[in-house]
Formats: sequence, structure tokens, C-alpha cells
Amino acid sequence: MTTADTKKKNKPNVSELFGKIFKRQIFIPIAAVLVLLLFNLIVDPGFFSIELTRNSAGNPVLSGNLITILNNGSELAILVLGMTLVTAASGGQDISVGATIAIAGSIILRIVCGTDAKADSASFGIVLVAFLVACVASMAFGAFNGALVSIFKIQPMVATLILFTAGRSIAAWINNNQLPTVSDPSFGYIGGFIPGIPIPTPFIITVICIVLMALLLKFTNLGLYSQAVGINESSSKLNGINPIFIKFLTFVILGLCTAVCGLIKVSRVSGITYSVIAQDIEMDAILAVALGGNALGGGKFNMAASIIGAYIIQILTTTLYAYKIESTALSAYKAIVVIVLVIVSAPAVRNKTKAFFAKLKAKAAAERKEVA
Amino acid sequence: MAFLKKSMGAAKKSKMTDTNLLLTITIVVFVAMYLAAVLFLGEGFLKPQAFFNMLNQNAALIIVSCGMTLVMITGGIDISVGGVVALVSMSCAVHLDHNGGSILEAVLLALGIGLAFGLIQGFLVAYLEIQPFIVTLAGMFFARGMTTIVNATQFNVAHEGFVKLKDTRIIMPEIFGTLNKHGKFIPAYIEIGVVVAILVVVILFCVLRWSKTGRKFYAVGDNNQSALMLGINVKRTKFTAHVICGLLAGIGGFVYFLHVGSGSPSHASGMEMNAIAASIIGGTMLSGGVGNIVGALFGVLSLSTIKDIVSSMGFDEAWWTGITVAAMLCIFLIIQSIVTARKSSSVAKSDG
Repeated sequence: MTTADTKKKNKPNVSELFGKIFKRQIFIPIAAVLVLLLFNLIVDPGFFSIELTRNSAGNPVLSGNLITILNNGSELAILVLGMTLVTAASGGQDISVGATIAIAGSIILRIVCGTDAKADSASFGIVLVAFLVACVASMAFGAFNGALVSIFKIQPMVATLILFTAGRSIAAWINNNQLPTVSDPSFGYIGGFIPGIPIPTPFIITVICIVLMALLLKFTNLGLYSQAVGINESSSKLNGINPIFIKFLTFVILGLCTAVCGLIKVSRVSGITYSVIAQDIEMDAILAVALGGNALGGGKFNMAASIIGAYIIQILTTTLYAYKIESTALSAYKAIVVIVLVIVSAPAVRNKTKAFFAKLKAKAAAERKEVA
Repeated sequence: MAFLKKSMGAAKKSKMTDTNLLLTITIVVFVAMYLAAVLFLGEGFLKPQAFFNMLNQNAALIIVSCGMTLVMITGGIDISVGGVVALVSMSCAVHLDHNGGSILEAVLLALGIGLAFGLIQGFLVAYLEIQPFIVTLAGMFFARGMTTIVNATQFNVAHEGFVKLKDTRIIMPEIFGTLNKHGKFIPAYIEIGVVVAILVVVILFCVLRWSKTGRKFYAVGDNNQSALMLGINVKRTKFTAHVICGLLAGIGGFVYFLHVGSGSPSHASGMEMNAIAASIIGGTMLSGGVGNIVGALFGVLSLSTIKDIVSSMGFDEAWWTGITVAAMLCIFLIIQSIVTARKSSSVAKSDG
């Protein structure tokens, strides 16, 4: 009796609350994360175990599937920061990020290793210099893309197709097609663990990047301006925003993100393979932006949703690996999940389901009236 | 050559459409490039067989690029084609070799796979209004994944009838043949795939140029809203474009399979990007409404010519190919952007 009463009382509030949550852009990505984690919880609770173990060098490290997700999702999460801005401002995506990561990684190794394609020691200073040079180069490549998109008004996907085709070739050319390796273990700290800190370094770098991006969006008008440019370029121009500069800037920021990813990528394996490094990451980054519920046609964006989108992809990957699915077959399963998510969040489907529920409600109300 | 003359004639009347202007540029560049190659690099390019080999190697890409061009004319994009080609060649290879199927069944399988991809992606893009990029991206992932699920390793097909079909050469008229070092006559030849490719180009060209359905694709790509107001079923047109593209990817897959004669998960990697590049070089705009099937053919030939030139100039390293193709793409994109700018400025003038 009492429970039924409270239920009746709470009912409108609850449905209102759900309606509000459902309307939020971030709802679908978070729901997807919860569904994926719930699936893992039901099938194998051991998925969530986190252990403090010692790695081969004897340093304490955290291990477990959740840590793997946070660790391996780093590059993607950093990349989406830039990709979301580019998508919002220019209404298109940069498909050259994988190639630019290869270039950045190649530059870093070139400076650390010199012409011998081998380095036994890598001091902090030289790695820093290498990273800074890679940053400048990546930003220059970003500027190239940005100039094509903003000044020459070429669709972003097509403009970045140029670097997509040439990028890995340029990366191979920088190192004269050698495969440099760094044998100094301290070079691997960036992509692994710093002695004494059990948290994976890439995750720390990701957090730093996210905080920097949050500060950038909080204290500058970049977010607002890029949305304005994405929604309507000419009206934003009339309002005193320079659309060319904003588009250009977003591509340069994305370039910076790729340099950070390049550093992490080469540090993970202490070397580089030009055709394999960051393969298909551009597709994953675009998917992450789309899974975050952002319109790929530009305009409004939600950075947090994009970042969650990146981790959705990583959770999915790690989950599938945990069930012993081969890495080559992985993409088929990924595609199915992506299609389901995209269909669920498609406006046409959402409107239809809304209409369906409204009809159901009206029917129920009519029946209630009849009974009364 | 007829359309070249036509577009030249149009140029004289200074009423040239974007489609024709871009197509003319492409053809002129291709001819100039080939002539330059013949003049400066000589011998190798002069042999008719060099040209026919270009067709033999790229028949599948031509077919796939035609589908890509069609989708791009309607303002969409299909990046699943490379994956579909890989899946088709792997499925056909497994069907012929492991299951002992017949060639006819393999052809039907190829068409079926292509059609299935086209139908599903077309439905999602046209009727559920999901961005084509995302849908076909998922399609690509799915096709690539399925390829390795069907079979994870590369193997050559030893099916008798198939090998016979693969080695079938269509001998060209005598004038194209050459004498080898020993004075023996060697006839020029093309493969079956080339015939299929040329058929596809001719049929699609006629449909796009003269049929009502063909003009609908341009109308939808140019402006969704006004096409709708003209009474064109926009959704169905987009759906049709994707279905045709999927089907062509299936056909292209079989032609590719016929050329390489093996199944491998790494087949046709990057083919979608090559197809997009060929379409763009052929004068198709990604924004829709502008494009030409013949342009796609010349786009593929231009890409192939520049690759040949680079390798015969002694830049054998793989990276030079990538860099030159990219540079060429860059030049064509800037030409396109200038054309668009010219058009909008002339519109502004006529308005003023």
C-alpha cells in the first residue's frame, strides 16, 4: 500500500528526470559505457580486478583490465580533444592524424637516435628537444591542413587526404627508411611506468592534456567561436569572428595533440614501424567524436562526451581481447557495436521512438479514462 | 573524344559547366603527362602494351571509382569499398578452393556481398539519415574483420576453371602489337576485367548523362532542398546511389580477384582512398552535384601514370609514390577550389 503510494507520487518526477537525462547529449555515451561494463560484470566479474604487481624492472605497477583501458585509450583520448574542435569548427574530420603521428614519432626518433638509427642512451634533455621539434613540425602539418581547409575552402576530409597519402611516406623518408630503436629503458617511461609511480604515464599525460583543454575552453572563447563558425560561417563573420583564423587554429591544435600521441606511441615500443604505427587511429578518433553524440557536420560539441566516446572504443577493444578474439577480427565486432549505437542515437530513430512512446501513453490514458 | 570536343565547344561559348571544365582539365593533364613521359622517358611508355597494362592492373579500381564517383555526386561518400573488395576476393577464393564451388556461384557470391553492403548502408544513410562517413566506416571495419574471419591467411586459388579464366587474354588488333628483341611478334592484350570496367564506365556514363534517373543524382547532390521541391524522391535517390556503389564494389571485388588470383586479408588496402583520390582528380567534388564517370576513368589512369613515371625515373623507394600522388591531389584540389571561387564570384557579379 505504502510503496504503491510513493510510487504514484514519484512517478511524474522520475519520468521527468529521465526525460531530462535522456535529452542530454552525454546520456548515450555514458549509457554505452555502463552497458559495456555491466556486460563484463555479468559475464566475468574478474574483469574488474586491479592488482599491484611488479614489472620486469621491479617497479610497482597497477595491472588489470581497467588499467589497460585507461592506459591504451590515452592516445585516442588526447586525439579526440583536437578532433572535436576541428569537427565543430570546420564540419569535417582530419583523416591524416595517423600519418601525422607517424611523422611526429619519426622526427622524435631521428633526433634521439641521430643517423645511426640506434641510441643506447636518451637523456631527458634530448627527448624534450625532440618532442618540441616534433610539436613544431606537427603544428606545421596541422597548419598546412588548416590552410587548405580555411583559405582554399576544400572539404576537410579531402584536404587531409593529401597528408593521409603522403604522411607515412614522409615519416619513412625522415629516417631514410631505417627502423630506429632506442635501447635506453628511461625512454620507455613515457609510454610505460615511471619508477615509483604505479599509474601508467600515458594516463597521467592524458589527464594533463584534458585539464589544459578544459582551461583553454574555460578561459578563452575558442569553444564558443568554433561552435559559431561551425553552425553558420557567414553569420559568425558578421558578428566579428574571423572564421578562417578559427578553423586554422583548430587544425594547429589538433597538430599539437598528434605530436603528444606520437611521443607516447614511439615510447611504448621504443621504436617505430611506419606502416603500422597508429594505424586506423583516424577512424577511431572520428568514431569517438560521433559516439560522443557530436554532429559530424559541425556546430555544437561536447568535449566530455567525446572523451567518453574514446574510452568506449577502448573498453570495447579490451573487452573483446579479454574474450580471446583475434586482433584482426576485432574490427567486425567493433563495427556491429558502432552501427547499433549510431542507429540508437540517430535523430530519425529517436523521433520515431519518441512518437511511439507518446502514442502508447495516449492509448494508456484513453484506456484509463474509459475504465473510469 | 566526342565529349572532349563537346566540352571544348562549350568552352568557346563560355558557358562551360563545372563538370565539363574539371573533366577537361583532367583529360588535358593526363594526356600532357603521358606525352611528357613518352618524350622524356621514351621507350617503355611508347609501347601500347604499357598503356594496356595500366588498364589491366587498374580495372578493379576503375570500377570501384565509378561507384565512388556516383555516391560523391549525390553528396555522400563510401569508404567501405576497399573492405568489400577484400571480403569479396577472400570469399570467392574460399568458395572456389576450399568448397569446390563453380565460377558462376562465385560471381553470384561477389554480387550478393556487394549488394548486401549497398542495401544496408544505403538504408542507414538515406532513410535513417546517419552520416554516410560513419555508416560506411563501420561497413569498412565490418568487411575487413569479416575477411579475416572467413580466412586469416593468404592463399592462391588453384581451381582449374578459374585459373583458365584468369589467364584468358583478349588479343588486341595487330597494330598495337610489338616485335621483341628476336624479331618475334608479340600481340598486345587486355584482361577480361578491363572489358567489364569499360562496360561499367560506358553504361554509367550514359545513365548519368542522358537518363532521368541519372540527372536526379546531380540534382540531389547539388541541393537537397530544391531537389525535394522539384518532386525528386531524395531519399530513394541516395539509397539507389549507395546500392549501385555497393554492387560495383562487388563487381570490382571479383575483377580484382580475377587479376590477383588469391585471397588475402591485406588485399585492396587503401583502395577506398585511391578511389576517392581518383574521383577527385577526375573532377568530382565531395560537396556533391559535380562529377563525371569518365573523369573517374581518367583519374585512375592519371594516378597510375604518375606512379609509373616516378618509378621509371629511378625513385624506386615506395615513399616517393606516396608523396607524388599526394602532391598531385593537392594541385587538383587547389584547381577545384579556384573553380569554385570563380563560380561564386561570377554569381556575385551577375547578381550585382
